[in-house]
Order: sequence, then C-alpha cells, then structure tokens
Amino acid sequence: MAKFDLNDDSVVCIIGSGAGGGTLGNELAQRGIKVVILEAGGRSETQDFFNDEWDSFTQLAWTDMRTTSGSWRVAKDFANLPAWIVKAVGGSTVHWAGASLRFQEHEFKTRTTYGALPGANLHDWPITLAEMEPYYTKAEFKMGVTGTNGIPRLPGNNNYKVLAAGAAKLGYKEFHSGNMAINSQPRDGRGSCQQIGFCFQGCKSGAKWSTLVSEIPKGEATGNMEVRPGSMVHKIEHDASGKVTGVVYMDSKGVTQRQKARVVAVAGNSIESPRLLLNSASSMYPDGLANSSGQVGRNYMRHMTASVYATFEKPVHMYRGTTMAGIVRDEARHDTKRGFVGGYEMETLSLGLPFMAAFLDPGGWGRSFTSAMEDFPHMAGMWLVGEDMARETNRITLDPVAKDKQGLPVASVHFDDHANDIAMRNHGFQQGAAIYESVGATRVFDTTPYPSTHNMGTNRMSEKARDGVVNKYGQTHDIKNLFVSDGSQFTSGAACNPTLTIVSLAIRQAENMAGMMQRKEI
Amino acid sequence: MKTIDKPEQIGRRGFLAATAAAPAAASLIVGISADAAWAQEAKNLTPHAMATLVKAARDIFPHDHLADKYYVAACAAYDALAADAGKKAMLMDGVARLDEDAAAKFKAANYLALNWEADRVAILQGIAHTPFFAKLRSDLVVTLYNQKELWPKFGYEGASADKGGYINRGFADIDWLPTT
Repeated sequence: MAKFDLNDDSVVCIIGSGAGGGTLGNELAQRGIKVVILEAGGRSETQDFFNDEWDSFTQLAWTDMRTTSGSWRVAKDFANLPAWIVKAVGGSTVHWAGASLRFQEHEFKTRTTYGALPGANLHDWPITLAEMEPYYTKAEFKMGVTGTNGIPRLPGNNNYKVLAAGAAKLGYKEFHSGNMAINSQPRDGRGSCQQIGFCFQGCKSGAKWSTLVSEIPKGEATGNMEVRPGSMVHKIEHDASGKVTGVVYMDSKGVTQRQKARVVAVAGNSIESPRLLLNSASSMYPDGLANSSGQVGRNYMRHMTASVYATFEKPVHMYRGTTMAGIVRDEARHDTKRGFVGGYEMETLSLGLPFMAAFLDPGGWGRSFTSAMEDFPHMAGMWLVGEDMARETNRITLDPVAKDKQGLPVASVHFDDHANDIAMRNHGFQQGAAIYESVGATRVFDTTPYPSTHNMGTNRMSEKARDGVVNKYGQTHDIKNLFVSDGSQFTSGAACNPTLTIVSLAIRQAENMAGMMQRKEI
Repeated sequence: MKTIDKPEQIGRRGFLAATAAAPAAASLIVGISADAAWAQEAKNLTPHAMATLVKAARDIFPHDHLADKYYVAACAAYDALAADAGKKAMLMDGVARLDEDAAAKFKAANYLALNWEADRVAILQGIAHTPFFAKLRSDLVVTLYNQKELWPKFGYEGASADKGGYINRGFADIDWLPTT
C-alpha cells in the first residue's frame, strides 16, 4: 500500500472518503495519479459493523458538535445533530441505503422549468442530463445498480409488498423494488444481499456498494492511493499567487501535520466542506476560500423529507430485508396541478425498535405514543424524498461561540422550509396515507423529517462565477487547483437520492482533472 | 407467516399456574416503592426519589405488558449520575416538584400516592416544558427501548446477520395482502 511523504507536492489531496472523495480517489489512482485521502473518521470494515442501531450510531455517526437554527423541527428536537451522516472511512456510503436514481432532465434546469420562485434561489446547472448520461452509465456499472446493466432487481420484502399493493390499488403505474446499488447476485467480488435489514448500519454481507468495500480497496491496490483515517483537516493553505499548496490537519495521534499537494479536492459533505472553506480564510481570501461570490455555505438543501408509517390488523415485520428496496415513482414528475413545483419519490423505509422510539414522533410520550410502539411488528413504512428549493438564507455558517477540540468554530446549520417544500410534504403525507389505507391501515403516522441524510448545495455549481462556487467540473471559480467533489456542488437537489449523481460527477471530475494535470493547467 | 410474540398474553390457566408456583409471600411484591430493594440501594439519590423516577418513567412510556424491572433498569443510571452535585439537584428538585404538584393539585401525600395514572399524567403535562422532564423523556426513550431483553415483547427480532439475515427467514412471507 502506498505511503506518500508530507512534503510530496505532486499528490492530489482529497478531504473525505465518501461517495465523492472515495470515488474521485480511485478514479485518479487508476489513471496513475498519486492520491492522499484524509479521512476524519476511523476505519471499520464489513466484519466490524453492528446489527444494533445505537451501537452502530456510536461507531459511525458524525456526532462532533454542530449547532442549528431556523424553523425546521430538527433544530428543536435534535439541536446538535442537524445531520445523520458518517464519520468513518467510506463516509456516508457506509450508512446509505443504496437507492441509485438518475436526475430527470428538467431537474438540471430548475430556473428555466420552475421560473423565479419567490424566496428561492434557483439556477440551472451548467450541465445537462445528456452530458451526464455517459457518467451515470459508468456509475451504475461501477456500483452494480439493480435494474441497469442487465442486473436483476432485488426481491421485494414484506414492507415493499404492502407499498406495492397499496400503489396498485391507487392506480400508480411505476413501482418496483428499486434501482439499488446492492448486489442481487454475486458481482465484483462481493456476494449477494442476505436480506439482513441493517443497511443503514453498514452492510455486514458486503452486498451493498460503498467506497469502503469498492473504490477504496481498488484504489489502494494500484499503489497510487493512501488513505489516512483519523485525519481532521483544519485549513487549506495557499501561496502568494492564490493557488492552494496543501492542507493542515490533526492526525490520528492528535499531532498537527501539513500535507503538501498539487491539487486539493474537498469532499467532506455539505456541512463540513463549506465549514472548511470558511475556516480557511486568509488575508488574501478574507471571506474564506473560493468565496468571491459569497455563496459558500448558502443554498443548503436537505430534500423535502418525511415518513409515513401505518399499522395494520396483521403483522408486516417491515424491518426484515433490504431497507429501501421499494419505490413508487409516479409523484416524481413536475406537475404544478398538485400545488407545487418539482416532485417526490416514495421509498420503503423501516427502523428498528430503538430508532422507531427515537424518531416516530420526537418528543412524544404517553399512551398515544406507546400504543404505536406496541404495534411495531404490524407497521409498514415509507420515506418521502422530494426536491426542496434552494434558498440563500438556508446556509452553513461558522458558529460565533461553539468551538471544536482544535479551537475552530463549528458549523451552524440554518434551515427554513420553503412554502413549496411544505406543500409537497403535505401532498406526500396525503398520498402515503392513501396507499396504506387502501390496503387496510388502521392508524397512520405522519413522521417529521429526521436529521438530514441528504445534504446538498452549499458550494453550488454555476455557469457564472458570481452565481456559485464551482464550475461544471467542480473546479472552484476562484482557485484553479481547488475542487469540490461532494454533494455540496449540487445546483439543485432533484427528487431522488443524491449518491448516484455524486459518484457520476466524481467520475467526470476525475477524467477532467487528469486532463488538466496532463496539460499542466493545474 | 412467521411471527414472534407481540405483547405476551397469559391465559387464565397460565396465570393460575404461575401464581400457584410463586411463594406465598406478598411482602416480596412491593411494586414501585421506596421500600423496594432497588430503591434502597440508591447511594446518591434517596429511595423515594428513585421510586418516583421509576414511576414517572412508567407514566411517560406506559407499557402494561412490561414488568417494573424494565423501568427500574431504564432509571438505574440516575443514581450514579447524581454523584454530580448539579445533576443531583436537578433530579431531586424535579422529584420535589412532582410531589408538590401532587399535593397542590390532588391533595395527595406525594406523586407516588396518586393511584390514577391520569392524575399523574396531568402532573407530568404540567412540567413537560421543564429541563427535568425533557431530560427524563429523552434519556428514557433510549434507556427503555434499547434494552434487548424487551425487544421480543415488541415483536422486534434485533440482530439478524448472525442468523444469516432474513433471506430464508421470512423477509417476504406476508400472506394477508389483497392480490392485484
């Protein structure tokens, strides 16, 4: 396995090892480019994961201090946990459920399609679906997405069967067990899904694609990539010309180190990535790196989310089997007759008993709550995930008071739902209830959004430098050897789960970055 | 369809058998009381405070199919927590508030002396905005429902990877849905 010198200024230094960073690292390493990935979290492998929700949360979740504000209920119920994402090698691909969907064509053109929505900051992406399609194809092949490349879909579990029966009753047309980056048959050196049911807790069979089980070991095998766990980056440094020169980080022993680099790529998810750019402010860049537009940290999106759970007379055991292998897509279309722009997906979701207690109705207690818990084995559940509207005021800032262990300001996350998000959520609650009631639900629960799992948009991509942070390749408008490689690049969030698009963008970025390096442009 | 027990139901025959087998010493069955052994063992909190916390825990998350021991376990950490003077004051003040409200609202000796759950719940609703209640509720939602021993009583099967997942154990065995 490669080991690179701290003073080796020929490496590409990637901050974060998740869907963006881990994929970019492997793609560059495969091209013979030297890569150092600095990962803040530790390294747990497949056999180390727990089939236990709280134990797993302790093992994997990013629980470092963050603060919140705004009218979203997460700020009240989980004031220091705005997001449920991972601090570990593999990043949030260790935790993700595997749903791998392409954006629809209009979702790259939200300003054109939806118009100038008051209170929203919509822009078209500087790329189109047609430009992305070859990369989506590569990503689907890389990740082994079911329903693509001739890979059969997963068998539907009990929770899916309830969803599908209700969807059929309601006359929905497009529902199936999903496009999932989970092996339905052995592939790419990994086995097939054993229907374990703990997809969120790190897949213990290795059937689920993650950068931990795929991109990172493949990248390491080239001899061109080194992953350093336990390495928390404080600051990106630059020279007098303004180009970045490397990063300062605290290593796993608590010692401050400086890794030099030819290129720096930020992939710490949409909360930490802007925080790092803001914390890297200097006399030359007083508002933070790559922030001449003032857009770093702004336009934070977290998807319109909510869940619908329902109890039935007879058992369901929704937690058995693949957590999210079930989807109804009919509401994902853009159709303003429903009273909102954009659309949403309905995807199967289940929680175990401990997390159901924590998330069914945060703050709930008494017999209304406990009678619901007693019906746990008779419950079915779905997640609503839809496009939320970017707003400049929904943003990540540096907390003026709270500091981390290194004395650096922590991220503060402000979020207010746009009226469109609320209208869409209400529609989803209504349709979700209708699905379950059509097959005999005796009680339906409208469950409030969880801490954000989809975090997007805080270093958005834009055609013009004044409108965003990065260009169509994720290269910052201001500093040519500084890139952003995670979901914070998203100009808009679309209705679907973001990982496939993050991976596709990383593949595309690697191709273009390698070209720029070869041409000595960076 | 493979199911596991929901809230266990003991039939009349089972109940008679169980009571016949139990020792005839009613004094062993003290319920939630300051006299209970687990309350008497408290080092930092008073036995009365321990018992009141356990009763409040049951009132916050009432499950009639759960024995008191699960609520005792859910509150067990409070005694150790009360080694910290600030935490101890918060817990003892909270218990005192419950007792004061029981006296003021219902002329009862204390919270534990209120026999109707509805009366105790009315008192809890009155303090639902306090940090004491928020702490109790947010701790208990983990310390109660994260006890593995009670998962089967809620029909939750827990870890499955060690059993080969559900691929051959009923992941798709639902048999009551309408056919389409």
